[in-house]
Amino acid sequence: MNPYRRSLFIRLTSVLVYAFLYAPILVLIVFAFNSSRTNVNFGGFITHFGPLTMEGSTVIQSPCGPFHWFCELGKNREVMGATKNTLTVAFISTITSTIIGTLAAMALQRYNFKLKSFTQVSLYIPIVIPEIVMGIGILVLFSQLFTFLNGLFGITGDARLAMGLPTVIFSHIAFSIPFVTLVVQARLQGFDKSIEEAAMDLGANELTTFWRVTFPTILPGILSGGLLAFTLSLDDFVITFFTTGPGGTTLPIYVYGLLRRIITPQVNALSTVWVLIVFSIMLLLQRVQNRNT
Amino acid sequence: MIKRLRENKSFQGTILATPTLIFMVGLLIIPLILTLIISFGSRSADGNVIYGFSLHNYVRMFGFSTDCQNGKSTCFDPLYTQIMWRSLSLAFNTTFLVILLAYPLSYFVARSHPKRRNTFLFMVLVPLWTNFVIRVYAWMMLLRTQGVINGVLGWLAGLFGLHFLPLEMLYTPGAVLVGMVYEFLPFMILPIYTSLEKIENSLYEAAADLGANPFRTFLKVTLPLSMPGVVAGTILVFIPVMGTFIVSDLLGGKQVILVGNLIQRQFLDARDPTFGSAASLILMVMTLIVTYFYTRKFGFGEEIIAV
Repeated sequence: MNPYRRSLFIRLTSVLVYAFLYAPILVLIVFAFNSSRTNVNFGGFITHFGPLTMEGSTVIQSPCGPFHWFCELGKNREVMGATKNTLTVAFISTITSTIIGTLAAMALQRYNFKLKSFTQVSLYIPIVIPEIVMGIGILVLFSQLFTFLNGLFGITGDARLAMGLPTVIFSHIAFSIPFVTLVVQARLQGFDKSIEEAAMDLGANELTTFWRVTFPTILPGILSGGLLAFTLSLDDFVITFFTTGPGGTTLPIYVYGLLRRIITPQVNALSTVWVLIVFSIMLLLQRVQNRNT
Repeated sequence: MIKRLRENKSFQGTILATPTLIFMVGLLIIPLILTLIISFGSRSADGNVIYGFSLHNYVRMFGFSTDCQNGKSTCFDPLYTQIMWRSLSLAFNTTFLVILLAYPLSYFVARSHPKRRNTFLFMVLVPLWTNFVIRVYAWMMLLRTQGVINGVLGWLAGLFGLHFLPLEMLYTPGAVLVGMVYEFLPFMILPIYTSLEKIENSLYEAAADLGANPFRTFLKVTLPLSMPGVVAGTILVFIPVMGTFIVSDLLGGKQVILVGNLIQRQFLDARDPTFGSAASLILMVMTLIVTYFYTRKFGFGEEIIAV
């Protein structure tokens, strides 16, 4: 009996579900090369470099040819600013939450301490409550805190404490920690403690044992936890939406604001770049992972 | 100090966990308590919070209005209960449809050749990692009156020489359902795949040897063993659907208002944070109750961290 036999029904449904998953993304990419400015209809691909006629009348200079909307995107200062913010938030929150979360995973897996079960339960809360509840909570905290501090110290004008990039970064660290901790904890559960004991028996002290034995063993867990934190941060909309302020606009927030007003092929160009970058990173990771196993 | 640190395991554990505890208490526990305190307060004329203790926000959420047009002191206004009911039924429908779509695909991937399994799984992850907001936008392009679906249908109708009236699909409850299913499908595929992949092939062989037909094998072997995955997936889908407001905002317009939209508006447009806080806590309690009964009945699998 062939163990990999799947019925025609299963294969057919799977193809359809894959089509359902990919069709919207393909449409998004095709429209990034649209020669219609309003992006309501597909006006055909942009086929040539130089002057471009749009909607029959407007002529615009398009030195980038088919990549016209990508060039426009590059010139868009708001997009570039939002990109910078998104990456800043993602890098800082990933590094911080990975370190903090790994320490907590070690504590929860290896030690007994008073607040152990409280810590463990608090880590499950963000997973079992809707994101908006946590976002609202943080918004309430910061707005009440800032109002109180501004009043207390009589801060006025531009110096007033307000939401912005720092509040977004703190919130991202907070919602990433549980995911990192749980992933690293899962990795530590399968850890064979006898190799640590062997290292100690051979004369290594705790620190050497940690850096030379424990750390390399759990490193894949730490890396996958960090990767999860990074993608969660890049993708996050809800919590960022409630904790952001002037100067703290990330890409998802920017795109959302744009979609409520106008639709332009620039958003498609942005989406295409996003998909390609994510795809390349994942492909690379997949290759590295396959080589390791 | 150093000596104490080396010998006291409990102290070491506390130190390692302290940064996490600070973040969890500071940005999760305290905010939740503050939300609760504020939900008992009321709103001042300029949108600030007046602290106090009153349950009027909760009473309002469950439909009892205190200022009515007809002069009576209280009357029933079903607006908010309707919104809660709409969110709940949308979450149930989405979860059900997502299971129907995810199960065959997960089975397909889990039972494919080990060499190709990673590639198939990778193909599920790519759409998931394309940004959430961008994925909603893709559906806006597809569903619009002059969008891609109507374009294709119109072209097909033209081929047969038929007259075609574009369908009004965007800004309907159906659009929101499709958007939700699309957004959260990968969250169901991954845990179901994880539990299906663990099933040893010998079990299928044994079932076949004992005379079970494929349908019976599925019902008696595959389905029970994959339940942990289905449970984990349901939690990963149901909870976010209950709280998401972008999908309904962009695909439902003013037609489909969910609890998430209600909360968002109280904090940003209508400016009544106290009512928004009450709604947010009711949302949390609703999801916790559903999750509690669901997991108590079916158990809580380790598949939850498969994503």
